[in-house]
Amino acid sequence: MSHLPILSIVTFLPMLGALIILLARGQGEGAANFARWVALIATLADLVVAIWIWANFDGSSSAFQFVEQANWLGSGITYHMGVDGISVLFVVLTAILMPFCILASWKSVESRVPEYMIAFLALQTLMIGVFCALDLVLFYVFFEGGLIPMFIIIGVWGGKRRVYASFKFFLYTLLGSVLMLLAILWMYLYAGTTDIATLLATAHFPVAMQGFLWFAFFASFAVKMPMWPVHTWLPDAHVEAPTAGSVILAGILLKMGGYGFLRFSLPMFASASATFTPFVFVLSIIAIIYTSYVALAQEDMKKLIAYSSVAHMGFVTMGLFTLTHVGVEGGIYQMLSHGIVSGALFLCVGVIYDRMHTREIAAYGGLVERMPVYAACFMVFTLANVGLPGTGGFVGEFLTMLGAFIVNTWVAIFAATGVVLSAAYMLYLYWRVIFGKLVKPGLQAIQDLSAREIAILAPLVVATLVMGVYPNFVFKVTSASVDHLLNQNKMALAIDRAPKLASLAGAGR
Amino acid sequence: MNISADLAVLVPELILAVGALALLLFGAVRGERGIGLVSALAIILLAASAWFVAMPVTYEARAFGGAFVVDDFARFAKLLILLGSALTLLMAQDFLVAQGLDKFEFPVLVLLASTGMMLMVSASSFIALYMGLELQSLALYVLAAFHRDSLRSTEAGLKYFVLGALSSGMMLYGISLIYGFTGTTEFSSVSHVVSAGNVGIGLIFGIVFLISGLAFKVSAVPFHMWTPDVYEGSPTPITAFFSMSPKVAAMILFLRAMLGAFPAAIHEWQQIIIFVSILSMVLGAFAAIGQTNIKRLMAYSSIGHMGYALLGLAAGTTQGVQGVLIYLLIYLITNAGVFVCILNMRRGGEQIETIADLAGLSRTQPKMAFAMAALMLSLAGIPPLAGFFAKFYIFLAAINVHLYISAVIGVLASVVGAYYYLRIVKIMYFDEAAPAFDGTMGVKLGTILAGSGLFTVLFVVGAEPLVMAAANAAKALLP
Repeated sequence: MSHLPILSIVTFLPMLGALIILLARGQGEGAANFARWVALIATLADLVVAIWIWANFDGSSSAFQFVEQANWLGSGITYHMGVDGISVLFVVLTAILMPFCILASWKSVESRVPEYMIAFLALQTLMIGVFCALDLVLFYVFFEGGLIPMFIIIGVWGGKRRVYASFKFFLYTLLGSVLMLLAILWMYLYAGTTDIATLLATAHFPVAMQGFLWFAFFASFAVKMPMWPVHTWLPDAHVEAPTAGSVILAGILLKMGGYGFLRFSLPMFASASATFTPFVFVLSIIAIIYTSYVALAQEDMKKLIAYSSVAHMGFVTMGLFTLTHVGVEGGIYQMLSHGIVSGALFLCVGVIYDRMHTREIAAYGGLVERMPVYAACFMVFTLANVGLPGTGGFVGEFLTMLGAFIVNTWVAIFAATGVVLSAAYMLYLYWRVIFGKLVKPGLQAIQDLSAREIAILAPLVVATLVMGVYPNFVFKVTSASVDHLLNQNKMALAIDRAPKLASLAGAGR
Repeated sequence: MNISADLAVLVPELILAVGALALLLFGAVRGERGIGLVSALAIILLAASAWFVAMPVTYEARAFGGAFVVDDFARFAKLLILLGSALTLLMAQDFLVAQGLDKFEFPVLVLLASTGMMLMVSASSFIALYMGLELQSLALYVLAAFHRDSLRSTEAGLKYFVLGALSSGMMLYGISLIYGFTGTTEFSSVSHVVSAGNVGIGLIFGIVFLISGLAFKVSAVPFHMWTPDVYEGSPTPITAFFSMSPKVAAMILFLRAMLGAFPAAIHEWQQIIIFVSILSMVLGAFAAIGQTNIKRLMAYSSIGHMGYALLGLAAGTTQGVQGVLIYLLIYLITNAGVFVCILNMRRGGEQIETIADLAGLSRTQPKMAFAMAALMLSLAGIPPLAGFFAKFYIFLAAINVHLYISAVIGVLASVVGAYYYLRIVKIMYFDEAAPAFDGTMGVKLGTILAGSGLFTVLFVVGAEPLVMAAANAAKALLP
């Protein structure tokens, strides 16, 4: 093909930045500044490319676009890249969040800056690769490869219990994923190819095997998502990770689970998905209600937001498995808006953590008196996390519940209580940190946002509000692909059930 | 029979054998004057031998009445063995000089061991197999005890010798049973007899003894006990050697003996291999957790890795053989890099071996730490590093023949194993820096480490030719 390999560019551009930093290693502050600027330029350039892709994406088509294919391992395993309406926005989301991460680490990371930037840039390549990969093995390589830089980021630049948290993160996720690897191998041997586009279009896996395959993929995505009860790595990882690490963790890495459900579980294992839908609903409801209560009891801001992430991901899994148009669209929207909002919340925590070096909620209070601009920004994100109409959080939650209501009223009712609970824990957090009297001596001299911090938070405030009032710019892109996905699921289900119907008819005769 | 035609097939081995004897004479005449020249000549011999191995031969050459066979499978293995031996000689030189062990016998012994290994992988009859194996083993016993003033080294040599002799005895007993019940020692004739449905209880006993002996050589559970002690006690470059060429040779021999002579009896021996493989994977993963000495850790790591490779043998298909070959290739090159790092762990002129000494290496020697971290994560099998693809092809073969339980246990063991590899990364990157190691590493070690690290990282990009070469080699064994 003659056109530019645009997806390879968007994927490997950050890696190029990492290589430049690696090769230009010096000592001291000069090298640190060089690394910061290279990382910022690389991520911004990547953002430009990602936005170009978005702008040139044809939302009316459900086909994979910007497709590239090249020889890789031979025998049906190729380097195949492409995006459709489901994945393209995750690429954009990753590209949007990364410059903020670099900026947020500008001052707060002092030690080993070049290594830090290399780890982040490598991570970006691997994350974007996950969303662009159209080959199962390639997908797995990107999906698992992301563990290495994140392990390093948590372990080197994390908090007190960083070693524990990094090991838990790594081993938990690895354990979830290795079973998926075996499932991928089985699918490869069955279908003779690992090409996702081909598998989506033609392959139908025997119903008897689908349950195993579904569970193998589920083990991986449920841990990544994370769903209750395999979510326990997330609070640890969030609390110990540096601010930017938390942003990436909540903003992008969690979305890989949801993306995996959309890309693999629903269309490829249709009948298993149908069978296990009640199971997923139950786990989602427990996640929404139980982790909301847990969040209510947290003393650590990051932990609270981490638990709220688990609850919000509960809405996502619920929405995706409703297999209704609104539910799936809502799930995608919820993932995108949560990517922005939770990322922004972690950045907000980072702002005061950089000043006070504690995340204890009790250490704060009355910040509005000294930091009015900060209080305003924090409020927008708090309300977005609650799901207030007019913010990005509302659209996703509303649509997922609408989808659930179509399928199962009880599920929707239980999920709705989660919205109330999220209001409780978020407003309680906001009240304790921002309002009240500014009496703590350490807070008397606290400074409001610096220009750099405003530059970080302001675009996210705008994005949150825009997502709240004009969701159509997302649906324009996703709609056709979601319809296609639901059709694939229906057709696959029909084929899976056809033999059963035929045998029933035969028995009747 | 035309003896010159037979010898023509044997050129690579002859170069090594004759060269080793010539070097021995040369060294003896020259006296105690360092090993630099002898070592360099030995490397040239290895390279010359590799040149003849690599020369394109399209036909399958047999010699000595079919006892010796040269096919793509043997040639793939021979190149790996020669590479491992050459890397050992390169790695060892500075170490031996520093330790006062620079005796010219060292390169000669490595050459003789390599000759034995080359004969092993080409062996197509049980007699040839045993002769190659013993030539290799005797040289290795001496190498293990090469540091003869060190208690640990002599203990390692003795232990290796006693247990190795025991295993050779068991194997010989097995071979005699096989001969007794089939009436031949040649692999192809044995496979003819066996395929006639002639798998009596005596033959099965023979196969079991044979497997026991071979399992000892690849250090698979439950015949692994010697490995940690020998790895720990031997001088480090020799430990590196043990973990590279002899592992390759023994595993290749294992493949050829089982799949060449007993393909029809696969249902009889497959379960034994599966059992040994699972035990090795699990023991390798769990026993390594508690280790503090990095050489012992690498010993348990090698036990685990041989378990994965054996899973490919258990599959008993071309795909499985291909998986084993890819596994051995990646394992050999990764191990070379790891042992370069271990060789470089010196403080105040003393060689140190505890894992804790690596603390904070990423600050004192960032390049070495980076390479070591990549190698460790590769051994753990994390993509996109080379070790992932090694496991990928093994599990692919296992799944293809429905060895689901073994595959699941294998991947779960790899998660446990990831823990101790990660622990080394953690010590190097997360912990506070310990005092720096002596100086920087020399050009030779630096090049090997860089090459090994680059191979590990870039395998993902250029894997196809290697995968295809392994596939061709596998087809030569099992069409």
